[in-house]
Amino acid sequence: MLQLSILAPAVLNGLMTGAVYALIALGLTLIYGVLHIINFAHGALLMLSLFGVYFLNRLAGIDPYVALVIVVPAMFALGYALQRGIIARTSHGKDENVLLVTLGIALIIENLALFFWRSDTRTIDVPYAFDVVDVGFTFLSVPRLVAFGAAFVVAGLLWLLMSRTDLGRAIRAVAKERQGARVVGIDVEHIFAMSFGIGTACVAAAACLLLPTFYVTPQVGNAFVLIAFTVVVLGGMGSFTGALVGGLLIGLVESLGGLFLGETLGQIGIFLVFIAVLLFRPTGLFGDRT
Amino acid sequence: MSDNSIRFRPVSRRRVLAAGAAGGAVLAAAGTVPRVLRAQPAAIKVGLLHPVTGAISYSGQQARAGALMAIEDINAAGGIASMGGAMLEPVLGDAQSQPEVGAAEVERMNEEGVAAIIGAYASSISLATTQAAARYDLPHIVDVGVSDQIVSRGLANVFRFGPGFGKIADTAITNLVTINEAAGSPARTVMIVHEDSLFGSGLADLLNARLPEHGFEVLDTISHPTPTRDFNNVVLQLKARQPDLIIPANYYNEYVLLARTMLQQRVQPKAVYSVLGGAASSFRFLEEFPGAAQYIMDCNHWYDPSNPKSAELRQRAEGEGLYFTYEFFLDYCCVGLLADALERAGSAERPAIIEALAASTWDGHIMPYGPTEFVDGQNQGARPVNTQILGDDIEVIFPTEVASAEPVFPMPERG
Repeated sequence: MLQLSILAPAVLNGLMTGAVYALIALGLTLIYGVLHIINFAHGALLMLSLFGVYFLNRLAGIDPYVALVIVVPAMFALGYALQRGIIARTSHGKDENVLLVTLGIALIIENLALFFWRSDTRTIDVPYAFDVVDVGFTFLSVPRLVAFGAAFVVAGLLWLLMSRTDLGRAIRAVAKERQGARVVGIDVEHIFAMSFGIGTACVAAAACLLLPTFYVTPQVGNAFVLIAFTVVVLGGMGSFTGALVGGLLIGLVESLGGLFLGETLGQIGIFLVFIAVLLFRPTGLFGDRT
Repeated sequence: MSDNSIRFRPVSRRRVLAAGAAGGAVLAAAGTVPRVLRAQPAAIKVGLLHPVTGAISYSGQQARAGALMAIEDINAAGGIASMGGAMLEPVLGDAQSQPEVGAAEVERMNEEGVAAIIGAYASSISLATTQAAARYDLPHIVDVGVSDQIVSRGLANVFRFGPGFGKIADTAITNLVTINEAAGSPARTVMIVHEDSLFGSGLADLLNARLPEHGFEVLDTISHPTPTRDFNNVVLQLKARQPDLIIPANYYNEYVLLARTMLQQRVQPKAVYSVLGGAASSFRFLEEFPGAAQYIMDCNHWYDPSNPKSAELRQRAEGEGLYFTYEFFLDYCCVGLLADALERAGSAERPAIIEALAASTWDGHIMPYGPTEFVDGQNQGARPVNTQILGDDIEVIFPTEVASAEPVFPMPERG
């Protein structure tokens, strides 16, 4: 059963899927790291982005990769507006309020989607969806390879943003010491909203990379948001490296779980990992030991 | 309830025809007279319950379209003559691809006073809807739902027009043995890929039990949920084990994805021999992905190609931009079956309809079944047909009396 000819491609498939999980988790961990809120609307925003990519393709014939330049800024703007207009206003600075507000937003977005677009499983058809690269021992799917590469590019850009720009410095300052940041003249509300916007933009990028090989339904976010939370917890709350490594690891666990336990049971591995991490290393692989 | 209890005096055929002709002339002359005239008998509500949204929405929508076209045809031909030309009125339901939603829709349809329900495509949904309908003695014609559990619970209100998977598995294996022996028995090993609900799992169990009796070795059985959007792991296993035959049993989206991934990963079995493959005998699949569809064999519901009415109906479906799939024509036929029962019952009362369905000997359909004959709710003549995708058409390869082509086996290398 354990043949290298299956194992090696399954590992690669898992890593490629994991890169997309990482991308979604990056957004989530950024929002957590700065705002200290667990964003339950993350999955709903992913679903909204996927529908954006879907309709751009179906109605305007725009390729999902080209749609990056439309969907990412649009979702950034939406994320910014959500934080500034709704979450900040309704939370009154209390973390537990924020939790409920994001959950409420998720419910509203999902049910509106269900109302307008019904629960159909929708896919787009792009000519390269089934193109492969022959790497000798297996064929790798081109769109999944693109997603893999792009996830690293986005992670790199995010790292540059956080470490080399004024915005990044401001975000880190707000994350560390909110009052102190305000004292030195940082517009804290703006930085909060920027973080939420960037986190949402990450999800939008993931949506563009996902749709060529995936589908969209109003409930699609749920599956991802659970996985993204697992990745964030595994990697360590607020850690970028953790999100990236955690994403790849979870992708791997899912793929190998599917291979050995069957497609139906395969996802169980993810949640076993989740429980194990909470039990033995609650701060995650790369989390602060606080 | 009250809608259904209206009784009609028996009317002679001649009087109905005369009245119909006169009515038609008046309508034609007046032109603007509203359709619902006081003298017209109450319409008979027919519940059409399908999964038109959710994971298997494509099939549900196809089924609904077929049933609606049949209702249109029956109404255009003057409705139910024995009930004074009563029109059929569709009451649409959506099971959202979930059994519990299907059962809830039965409750609603019952409240609305439907005379009968036709549906609900998937086995798991049909199992729930037939059970719910049984509480109200509501006649339920099962259009597809192949699980034999559906007709083995002694529910008097349930009638299945098409074959169950026991019959289908038997036919599929018999024909497989014939095809294999004719080619010098090159195939011996099998892998089954099935979806994990009642339909796929039940069928996989049957195949696992019966294939070894005919000298085939089942190397592995792989299940997957509906929806599944990545078949890479499944295909990797197929590729590693290299079975002679791959038998998929799943719904449309997953079937297409599996077939495309197999082609992508260059899996080269001697045959892809589907048993109730969701897309394996679908004109849509053939048109959209001819490469992945080529040479695929299927044992599935299929019309009788030698019946001239089949070609006519196919043309009409395609004229409306619809693919002529099994969901479409099975549901088209199920409405005809109900109309025949209503005609003989002369009443929209549920017990009368159930009695008429049980005594049905209807042969106005386009399936290769012969006249209907129900024993414990199962149409005895119902049987599947073997098809193979060859070139740009879907050919019937078994049974020989309706076959339009010889099977191509083992399949040539696909590019």
